[in-house]
Amino acid sequence: MSYIPNLRIGLTRNTLLKNFIIGNVGNVGRKRIISFRYFANSIESSTSGAEIPAKKHAPTKEVSFTADKYTYLHRNHNFKELTQDDIRFFASILPASGLIIDNEDDLMPYNVDWMRKYRGKSRLVARPKTTKQVSQILKYCNENKLAVVPQGGNTGLVGGGVPVFDEIIINTNNLNQIRSFDPVAGTLTCDAGCILEVLDNYLAKRGYMMPLDLGAKGSCHIGGNVATNAGGLRLLRYGSLHGSVLGLEVVLPDGTILDNLSTLRKDNTGYDIKQLFIGSEGTLGIITGVSILTPSKPKAVNVAVLGVNSFQNVQNAFVTSKNKLSEILSAFEFWDSNSLKLLKAHNIQGTKFPLEDNYPFYVLVEISGSNKDHDDEKLQNFLEELLTNEIVKDGVVAQDDTQIATLWSLREGIPEACSKAGAVYKYDISIPLSVFYQMVEDIRNRLQSAGVLGEDKLVKDVIGYGHIGDGNLHLNITAKSYDPEITNLIEPYVYEWTEQHNGSISAEHGLGLMKANYLRYSKSPSMISIMKQIKQNIDPNGIMNPYKFLPAQ
Amino acid sequence: MSNLKILVGCKRVIDFAVKPRVNSAKKAVETANVKHSLNPFDEIAVEEALRLREKLGNNIVKEIIALTCGPPKAQEQLRTALAMGADKAVHVEVGKDDSEANILQPLSVAKLFRAIIEKEQPNLVILGKQAIDDDASQTGQMLAGLLNWPQATFASKVDINDDKLTVTREVDGGLETISCKLPAIVTTDLRLNEPRFATLPNIMKAKKKPLVKYTPDQLNVDITPRLEIISVTEPPVRKGGTKVESVEELISKLKQAGL
Ligand SMILES: Cc1cc2nc3c(=O)[nH]c(=O)nc-3n(C[C@H](O)[C@H](O)[C@H](O)COP(=O)(O)OP(=O)(O)OC[C@H]3O[C@@H](n4cnc5c(N)ncnc54)[C@H](O)[C@@H]3O)c2cc1C
Repeated sequence: MSYIPNLRIGLTRNTLLKNFIIGNVGNVGRKRIISFRYFANSIESSTSGAEIPAKKHAPTKEVSFTADKYTYLHRNHNFKELTQDDIRFFASILPASGLIIDNEDDLMPYNVDWMRKYRGKSRLVARPKTTKQVSQILKYCNENKLAVVPQGGNTGLVGGGVPVFDEIIINTNNLNQIRSFDPVAGTLTCDAGCILEVLDNYLAKRGYMMPLDLGAKGSCHIGGNVATNAGGLRLLRYGSLHGSVLGLEVVLPDGTILDNLSTLRKDNTGYDIKQLFIGSEGTLGIITGVSILTPSKPKAVNVAVLGVNSFQNVQNAFVTSKNKLSEILSAFEFWDSNSLKLLKAHNIQGTKFPLEDNYPFYVLVEISGSNKDHDDEKLQNFLEELLTNEIVKDGVVAQDDTQIATLWSLREGIPEACSKAGAVYKYDISIPLSVFYQMVEDIRNRLQSAGVLGEDKLVKDVIGYGHIGDGNLHLNITAKSYDPEITNLIEPYVYEWTEQHNGSISAEHGLGLMKANYLRYSKSPSMISIMKQIKQNIDPNGIMNPYKFLPAQ
Repeated sequence: MSNLKILVGCKRVIDFAVKPRVNSAKKAVETANVKHSLNPFDEIAVEEALRLREKLGNNIVKEIIALTCGPPKAQEQLRTALAMGADKAVHVEVGKDDSEANILQPLSVAKLFRAIIEKEQPNLVILGKQAIDDDASQTGQMLAGLLNWPQATFASKVDINDDKLTVTREVDGGLETISCKLPAIVTTDLRLNEPRFATLPNIMKAKKKPLVKYTPDQLNVDITPRLEIISVTEPPVRKGGTKVESVEELISKLKQAGL
């Protein structure tokens, strides 16, 4: 098996029509727009440049071991190394299909992360099917001081879901049952390993949808989403998982099953323990079940993409959207011209770009409501005001669902286009809108003056995109390869910059391995100390996802 | 070269991305609360008219008229055509809402088109090769018959030189190029072009463009259906495959299936 992480991408209208509607009248059927799993890093297509030879299986070997690359990391010798006895124990709990042991090729997709930046050396992946199995496994690991990494769809962007050294991987692939759905209250209860898109499709048939959506939806697990407190494209409207998750089932390191799978919206009895696990990134326990409140699927949705001449006008457009669209506004996303350039360079789907002229900034506005006539009128008024006040110069409005999907695919395609450009340094930052884009410009200037930015230089480009509505900037720096010289130019500069502007060094991707030692830029010593106490209390042996999340000292 | 006045058909159909469901009476698909859009092949027709104007110039292509026959809501599709760049819209109002989409059959539509053509006098009519709801693929051909005009169906390329229309068509064995004199009927195939998005300035301008309304009575067209729909059913559900463990098993399965 080769290392091919999956990433969903919506087919655009053209591929679809071309694939399905050909010549003959009789064959023409209406085909549904399907999402399919696109092999994002498929070996031939992702390797731009000479570093990685286009040979099957070979490139995966090129990702160097995390332990070799980050020399500040040392294996904690309190953890036991895997023995034949341990393997025998796992085989007694799980069938052969639920285990991968010592087979490098098969282990590879679990040891290497989506960005191909981190690579662990785990010898064993366990894929339990039931909560009880998870409990038996964790209890055993805890008693034997075997370190573990919980893993969902392995789409995390901070190196949190793959081992650093030889930690055992407990993957939730096989925990994939939908347990129940209440069509009156809209509450869904399911296993942690259910794929986000599968859940969304299940709900769509029942008139509901998941309260979150993100570019990785074809691969990421709901458990992984909860563990990282994923934000995504619907947060502006439906809020964070801290609000929509109603209950969790979690297995603690000692094997205790915490059953808190409540579907109640209101429950003020004691500390709200589930909140602790939302965003805990696998450091406290393994989430095995989730109950979540799902909103009804909007009946009328539309999308406009606008070309904007300055970041000030991006902000003006946002303020206008809140005024004019108010309750039907469901997303306000932006990207810069460098993002668009990258999209065009890696336009695998042949997407048609909507605007003729180039603009420094683009904005995507989505509205969702229940009455098309009412919503369209609001959208019209909003757009008219933007034009009259010269806040936007040009823009397009989708005329059908296919165009809506095409416009969204522009925004959703950016992370993937970045990954095709070679190595990518990803920072996801919350900062006030007033200094939002200044950060991108400052980094660009910094790399420029260091002489490393340019077509043939170490760093190819610095791009900015993200969720304006949530104050969340995605700063992406594309480079030839991951290089300490670049890293030292960016870090801790980015984190210091964020701290000075009262931002957060992680808006949604989490801390993982990448930012564990930078937590102090966003949290005070007393906050960090409380976090450490909580960790010590729930996981005294420290076996859950070690080396990550909290600073070492 | 003489002047060109282009008429394009714009049918309101269930959105391409929606999965249609058969209604409980099994006589039609469910249309209530279902998203409707401009028929994709008509969108291509509008785009082609606009491209002809861009290529030949305003002094040759004098006017592009979008025509729809359908319920009041079909004006949404006319607005789309106007926002893409058509100059004027004509709406023949038939039925009160989308549930009555079945009233109109291709022959009636062709007759309504003929009546409008007599009023507006276009010399080029571009229609979709079919609408994605009933997939009839008849209107263009019937209209050509009624008017006794030449027809060039399933166009994947359209050229106009003086009065001569040259059209490339996709046929089973390859490409066929035909030419005829204007006035003529063209129906569009998928690869003819890729329609543009409606831009903001054009959407704003579209609001001020004229939209004329008629009823079939005013046009003296009898739209009584000639065909009766007996039943509409979903295609059979595809049965899942099975995995075989060995070549022997595969062969025995194939034998069982009589292959
Ligand atoms: C193309 C792309 C787009 C993305 N867009 C967004 C976005 O818009 N917003 C956003 O917030 N994030 C985004 N992400 C990153 C995001 O964090 C993940 O996609 C997703 O939430 C992680 O889910 P996963 O199942 O892949 O988890 P993994 O990557 O497998 O794991 C992530 C972390 O959660 C832990 N974990 C996983 N499952 C469990 C469990 N059952 N119990 C306990 N701990 C667990 C792991 O140990 C790890 O620390 C994106 C990623 C990609 C590749």
